[in-house]
Amino acid sequence: MKIFERFLHIDRRIIFVLIFIGVALPLIWTLGFNLEVTENVESVYNLMEELEPGTRILISFDYGPSTKPEIQPMAIALMEQAFTNRIRIIAIALWPMGVQMCNEAFEKVSAEYPNIEYGIDFINLGYKVGGMVTINHMAKDFRSTFPTDGGGNPIDEFPIMKGIKNFDKLGCVISLSAGDPGLKQWVMIAHDTFGKPVGGGTTAVQAPIMLAYVNEQQQLIGLLGGLKGAAEYELLINKPGFATKGMDAQSVAHLIIIIFILIGNIGYFATRKKDTMKS
Amino acid sequence: MKRQIPMLITFFVGALIIVSEFIPHKPFGNLSTSLGGWFLIISGFAIILGQLSLFKVNIIKISRKAPNWPYFIIALVSFSIMVTCGILWGTQKQPGLIPISDKMLNFFGYKPFDYIFKYMFENLSATMFSLLAFFMASASYRAFRARNAESTLLLVAAVFVMLGRTTIGSTLTCWIPESLGFLHLPNIASFIMKYPNTAGQRAIMICAGFGVIGSSLRIILGIERSYLGGK
Repeated sequence: MKIFERFLHIDRRIIFVLIFIGVALPLIWTLGFNLEVTENVESVYNLMEELEPGTRILISFDYGPSTKPEIQPMAIALMEQAFTNRIRIIAIALWPMGVQMCNEAFEKVSAEYPNIEYGIDFINLGYKVGGMVTINHMAKDFRSTFPTDGGGNPIDEFPIMKGIKNFDKLGCVISLSAGDPGLKQWVMIAHDTFGKPVGGGTTAVQAPIMLAYVNEQQQLIGLLGGLKGAAEYELLINKPGFATKGMDAQSVAHLIIIIFILIGNIGYFATRKKDTMKS
Repeated sequence: MKRQIPMLITFFVGALIIVSEFIPHKPFGNLSTSLGGWFLIISGFAIILGQLSLFKVNIIKISRKAPNWPYFIIALVSFSIMVTCGILWGTQKQPGLIPISDKMLNFFGYKPFDYIFKYMFENLSATMFSLLAFFMASASYRAFRARNAESTLLLVAAVFVMLGRTTIGSTLTCWIPESLGFLHLPNIASFIMKYPNTAGQRAIMICAGFGVIGSSLRIILGIERSYLGGK
């Protein structure tokens, strides 16, 4: 019975080491488990696919470096799909570090699309403080909210911004969000108040909260939840990247956690039975 | 008067915003847009205020040698380096006060601010967030025990979602025929997320919504006054 008592008190350093190995090895050697596309991810993909070439969409980078491993693959996959379909991107950030995230994603993607030009096919308007109030203000008066791009150049100089006065000429809004302000605020203002289709991606932790907005009213058209959402999107656009590779590591880590939970419960029931018999 | 005037302004502006939601025509619609513009300007100043406050709080802690005071020095030095680099040489898109030399640009590959951001801040930030995985693994092992019916339900749901939301889940049950598709682990996970989870989340959201309405009314009507400072 002593072994069952040990099951209850495994040194957490053992768990840490096993998680480390479980995450590191699949990142080096790909395991290639089966990946399936879920309905919510497919909805975002279809939303983008249905847009006419030349349509302008708004992507809001509402995350920072801490959640980059989960959300940046989504940004890259979305940009690749947009540029392949000749959809033009107006990027903004409601998080200060979203600006750099956007620049990094654009740098990576634009290398594969030499015809893409800044100011014509893509623009980064930079960060704006204010969260929900900023979104509301943009919807009423876009040009006074963002009079210049991230580099301080007046937006009138860029063809992509021609005629953009509010959300009317945008095909859809995509928010890549790691918290507040983010996707929830975009749903509340861009969709609920101004009727624009909104799609988005969040961290896996936030996905259960945001799923409530994926409903019959289509407050949220679809949702990319965490690394799995990003991996599914990479599968849809047929460009496996970091997220696809990362899914193996995440899967093994989850499996290790489940094994430890089982060990803990076996120990718990075995020792409880012993205690009951004693008493 | 020191408290009455801010309370009157709060009441007036709060009531105006509510009215403008129902009457979007002039003058209410325009006023609401203008107030939104003011909010953005004030928020910009709030960032500067926050930075000054960060400086002040850290200096006080260092001068009083508060517990772990050397860490506050590191915070201040890091903050100062980032601000100095940003102001002097600018960022990727923004020019700084002085032009960056080719020698420096060739050495770093980026402007100093972007270099520090990309190669230090990003990695440190991602590392901090990744550490959660280790603590969550340890905490799950200790917390998920089938002690009673409720915790057993939570445990079973957690295991299904953890498996169903990974590639292992779909690999494990990919052999199940289509007629028994509801037993496929990703489908079970999707069901849990779509129905029980969403129902719970909606209940929480509705309650939080009522809470926000209640506290907003308390502020507008002057019942809640803590924002004015003091006791």
